[in-house]
Amino acid sequence: MQKTYQPFTAEMKAAGYTILIPNMLPTHFRLLIRIFEHYGYNMELLTSSGPEISETGLKYVHNDTCYPAILVIGQFIHAIQSGKYDPHKVALMLFQTGGGCRASNYISLLRKALEKAGYGYVPVISFSFAGIEKHSGFKLSIPMIYRMLYAVIYGDLLMSLVNQVRPYEVNKGESEELAERWTIRLTDELVQKHGAQGRRAQRNIAMILMDFARIRRRDEKRLKVGVVGEIYVKYSPLGNNNLEEFLLGEGAEVVIPGLLDFCMYSVYSVSRPRRFSMRWFLSHFNGLAYRLLRSKQDMLIRLMREEGTFDPPTPFDHTVSLTKGVIGLGVKMGEGWLLTAEMLELYEKGVHNIVCTQPFGCLPNHICGKGMMKPIKDIHPDINIVAIDYDAGATRVNQVNRLKLMLANARLNERNATDAQSA
Amino acid sequence: MEQTRQQSIRSLGIDIGSTTVKIALMEGDRVLYERYERHYSQARQKILELLTELDGIAGDSLLRAAVSGSAGIGLAEAANLPFQQEVFVVGELVRAMEPDTRVVVELGGEDAKIIFFDGGMDERMNGSCAGGTGAFIDQMATLLDVDVAELDRLSLQSTRIYPIASRCGVFAKTDIQPLLNQGARKEDVAMSIFQAIVNQTIAGLAQGRKIEGKVLFLGGPLYYCQGLRIRFRETLKLSDENAIFPEWGRFAVARGAAMYAARTEETFTLSALKERLATAKVASGAQTLPPLFENEAEYKQFAARHARASVPRGDLESYRGGAYLGIDCGSTTTKLALVSENKELLYTYYASNNGDPVDIVRRELGEIYRRTDGRVRILGSAVTGYGEELIRHAFHVDIGIVETIAHFTAARHFCPDVDFILDIGGQDIKCFRIRNGAIDGIMLNEACSSGCGSFIETFARSMNMGVAEFARKGLFAHAPVNLGSRCTVFMNSSVKQAQRDGATVEDISAGLSVSVVKNAVYKVIRAGSADELGQNVVVQGGTFHNDAILRAFERELGRDVVRPDIAGLMGAYGAALCAMRLKESTILSPQELAAFSHTSRPAVCKGCENHCKLTINTFADGGKYVSGNRCERGAGRGAAAEELPNLYKFKREALLKMGGGEAKRGRIGLPLALGMYELLPLWAGIFRALGFEVVLSGMSDRATYEAGQFSIPSDTACYPAKIMHGHVAHLLEKGVDAVFYPCLTQNFDEGGADNHFNCPVVAYYSELLRGNMPELTDENFLYPHLDICDEKTLASGLGAALGKRFGPIPGREMRAAVRKGMADYQAYMASVRAEGERALAWAREHGKRVMVLAGRPYHIDAEIGHGIDQLATSLGFVVASEDSVYHLAKTPAVHVLNQWTYHARLYRAAAFVATQPDVEFVQLVSFGCGVDAITTDEARSILERAGKYYTQIKIDEIANLGAVKIRLRSLLGALEMK
Repeated sequence: MQKTYQPFTAEMKAAGYTILIPNMLPTHFRLLIRIFEHYGYNMELLTSSGPEISETGLKYVHNDTCYPAILVIGQFIHAIQSGKYDPHKVALMLFQTGGGCRASNYISLLRKALEKAGYGYVPVISFSFAGIEKHSGFKLSIPMIYRMLYAVIYGDLLMSLVNQVRPYEVNKGESEELAERWTIRLTDELVQKHGAQGRRAQRNIAMILMDFARIRRRDEKRLKVGVVGEIYVKYSPLGNNNLEEFLLGEGAEVVIPGLLDFCMYSVYSVSRPRRFSMRWFLSHFNGLAYRLLRSKQDMLIRLMREEGTFDPPTPFDHTVSLTKGVIGLGVKMGEGWLLTAEMLELYEKGVHNIVCTQPFGCLPNHICGKGMMKPIKDIHPDINIVAIDYDAGATRVNQVNRLKLMLANARLNERNATDAQSA
Repeated sequence: MEQTRQQSIRSLGIDIGSTTVKIALMEGDRVLYERYERHYSQARQKILELLTELDGIAGDSLLRAAVSGSAGIGLAEAANLPFQQEVFVVGELVRAMEPDTRVVVELGGEDAKIIFFDGGMDERMNGSCAGGTGAFIDQMATLLDVDVAELDRLSLQSTRIYPIASRCGVFAKTDIQPLLNQGARKEDVAMSIFQAIVNQTIAGLAQGRKIEGKVLFLGGPLYYCQGLRIRFRETLKLSDENAIFPEWGRFAVARGAAMYAARTEETFTLSALKERLATAKVASGAQTLPPLFENEAEYKQFAARHARASVPRGDLESYRGGAYLGIDCGSTTTKLALVSENKELLYTYYASNNGDPVDIVRRELGEIYRRTDGRVRILGSAVTGYGEELIRHAFHVDIGIVETIAHFTAARHFCPDVDFILDIGGQDIKCFRIRNGAIDGIMLNEACSSGCGSFIETFARSMNMGVAEFARKGLFAHAPVNLGSRCTVFMNSSVKQAQRDGATVEDISAGLSVSVVKNAVYKVIRAGSADELGQNVVVQGGTFHNDAILRAFERELGRDVVRPDIAGLMGAYGAALCAMRLKESTILSPQELAAFSHTSRPAVCKGCENHCKLTINTFADGGKYVSGNRCERGAGRGAAAEELPNLYKFKREALLKMGGGEAKRGRIGLPLALGMYELLPLWAGIFRALGFEVVLSGMSDRATYEAGQFSIPSDTACYPAKIMHGHVAHLLEKGVDAVFYPCLTQNFDEGGADNHFNCPVVAYYSELLRGNMPELTDENFLYPHLDICDEKTLASGLGAALGKRFGPIPGREMRAAVRKGMADYQAYMASVRAEGERALAWAREHGKRVMVLAGRPYHIDAEIGHGIDQLATSLGFVVASEDSVYHLAKTPAVHVLNQWTYHARLYRAAAFVATQPDVEFVQLVSFGCGVDAITTDEARSILERAGKYYTQIKIDEIANLGAVKIRLRSLLGALEMK
């Protein structure tokens, strides 16, 4: 039983409240925002950074709470306190996954923090497909969700292509510029009448692939480094101290599994609940959603294979199968078995160097991140994984030093491999 | 030709660590010159000095150079010199020089590293939360008031080892301080510190790999500390041939860097290299804060305002009449205050206790007697603080007073309408909210947030400065660095980073003051605004003599506060005030004091299975004081006079009886840890019904943890989880057919809550065990994912899992067994609830206070709960558990998603206590329990809304109950005053 909370009402929507959302994946979120705007929501993506964010968070959230909560809540309150918005005409939106992880409580912690900061009246919208909360002013419709699905697919594709091209591009900045152009074009298109149609998407994906393939690239071999981990610190530069930029600066090609995998993981169900129980019905819904996502991923993989220049994502069924003998598919809190599977998937793709990111003291990652490193190493002795903890108090030097160790070993392994080949 | 010319070029390795710099000049494999120096945070300057010493050897010849070490990254980048990571260069060096090495253990100033060479090289460093390194040794030496060399000498004369938490420096300190205050020998403490480092290294870094074969021990601390070497060799059971402590251990990184340099392209003359290092501009990433004072005038005004809060003084040399003595034997300092009958201060003493408070009190009491020469008669005496009991027994002090009460008494004397008291001492932060003249809420810092006074002191010393001088420097800092508000270990590395970025001592001093304040306000008080603290705030404790801290606090609060001029003496002053109700004192007379002597020796209590390690203090008059005991039995007073009802004990006894049965199908091992403490009746019931013999691993003790610590992959997991490894290992030793610990995403639904999850660690720890304990196989470890909320689903899931291992089990038999297990579980829970009600009734009948010691089911474990339940009964509480009373209240409305079964009980138990005037709530929280960051604030608010106290006890591996006792006594003291 929870205390009552301030819902986001239809009147608020009509009054044009600004809905703030925290940044995690810039491309994806920009596409998503445009969709919200199309449905009449006045959205704004928070892009603030700097030490004030975590400081504000530490002030209003229990300091032992996970780092993503401290950052996200800090970013919200910092924004409201900035004076840029009328606190009485602003709402906040957070994604809520549900499940046994602490993360399900971020929304409650945000409300408590708002209360403490004197903004208890600011409505917080829970964005969740499971419908954990009800808000009269905020409703998801099937066409809307469908459009969002395409936003995720486009986002993943653009992110993956930029990652694959950027380290090699002859003209610096070209891949990002291209991604930017496509983002603008896709945001406009997605909200059009048949913007989220399969055929249209196929055409777009094919064109995107062609465009990226045309970018001039240097023919050289670079170290590939995979990044996995807790979803927020894995993706958000604010959460991981600009990990991606650091790795690029060290001459690596960064490989990050996409958001679609996480969506599929969320609906992938292994348990067979008793017939006609509540969970049995739910599992049917999940099965349906899973098949839909799978078909979209299949399409993407097919198109990428046909074009042939870039590494496509791994089919999800295969990702799932990699966990066999390593971790049970029942491990479903946080990133759960997906995190382990992604490390194995990266290895299989030839990415033998991996950064496993997590907030300091992340409970699920004790099991599926740090806890699975040994079994993974038992299977692949040459895998090179480093676990990095992110936290308001952890210093960058400490993180950089550990990353440098991983990179030094990566280069050594590569040298040894080339020596072995030439010998 | 080209080849030989290249080989003759010498290579220079520069290792810039967090506390020291090392250089090595090499020619091929030959070392020409090596140096090792502390840099006192002036790394660049020190290197330039060391390089100047090379002038004679290197001359103008060309050399190659490379930098390594955590503090060298920035400088190497700025100077555009080759850099290589330190663990990596050591790995390369050892492979080339000592190819038969199997493992390298290297301890540095702030990092600990292990390299395994067998089966795929594996290089590991400690995570961000680990203090078992050189800096930790320095800190511990400061605590014992010796230098590191002396610490090592002491350790070699040890006769026993105390358990000291090895998770991080702060935790270890909480263990060591009470040991010292209770009279443990410094020799033994020194060796125990080394053992803690060894444990930390193993638990934090081995992660499932055994450290065996030829082991090379490298790094400064392992070079200098013989005691540390002994502990490593003995703990790892290494032979002399296999434990190698090379002469060059300190220089490993520098030599490795030199070896790496030999493969680089660029060459330098020594002078060119120096030039480049000297002129490199290191980018400053430090964030700065506004200065504490704009100018001298502002400071003067501030100082004048605070000078008004002063106590009248009397003249000891001329005073005649009665006086009252207050002693505050704190964690790091001992304070005395002698007060006249008019409450004037006659004599005060404030100094570090240097690990021997008894001697200081003896000396000071003697001083008082000498200077008053019979003119002054002590009419009453009182002692407070960590060393209260020891001092009371040693000097026959009349009364012992719990610290909170002493401090409150003093503050009220100063400011009768005080609303809030904040006391920052050497080791503790204590805050009391006062309402209607009584303590209304007590907040104490947790072990992991103690950025308190002693931290600043240790830091000042590391800068070769006294604490007062260091603090003064901060007052007029132009740009204080922003160091954040985390625990000491984190702050340490933040400071180091700021230094690397070029912050001055002044800026760091001011920055540290701000951090200590932020720590107190946001982590301990958890205040969002100044209004929560009230109008009249009194600050005290020795740390507040530091004007920088006082200023920072007023700034953070946006409000003026009162700091008495005896801020550091408030405990002693308060104790003296409390003693004023006495007429005649039993304190040692001048003659008795002259004959006073004190010895202490260690012993182990054999009173019960806890086997507490005791320290027996003997005094000249034959008096004895025993410390280290959890219960009264160890104190030499025989069994406690009356056994108070204790639900923890009840549950322990009930659960331990659940083993046994006939082994028709096989022997199944159930590890008594984590969720098994809740569901044992269910599983034992099922297995016995199926014809299995149920073998329990039993209660944990320290040895259980140590038996499994090799295979712990995540050091920051909670202690209850980490101890699981030992339980499983223990069961396998007992020769069971299989160990069973299922994965349970969900626990039972007890209604009223939003959901009924287990926390991720309880739910899936078996997955981790299977992956990390090499001895586990699919045969001997069963950990099916099960759903216990539905009998049929459970029967089919469990049946399938058991069938694979023990042959098919008929469905009907399986379902019957599950029904039996469910019935057993329900019966057990009902018995706990009935016992809870019985205990409540008993307490009321006998006029006893009840404490609901609220934690998780596994907190009843003797090792995890550290016998806190027994401590509570010895203080006169009847102890109930959360699951014995939660049924007496409905689920309260909470601000958070109430989605974990155990925590839903916690909220209900709190709601129950909130309605009971004679029941108190104490929450046990395991360090690293992420879920409790959410539940503690909720439990607190449920209780405080009802005007009840909330007490939290954070537990980890900590074995010493001193701090816990103070907490519980504070609660008692506050209750009695109300």
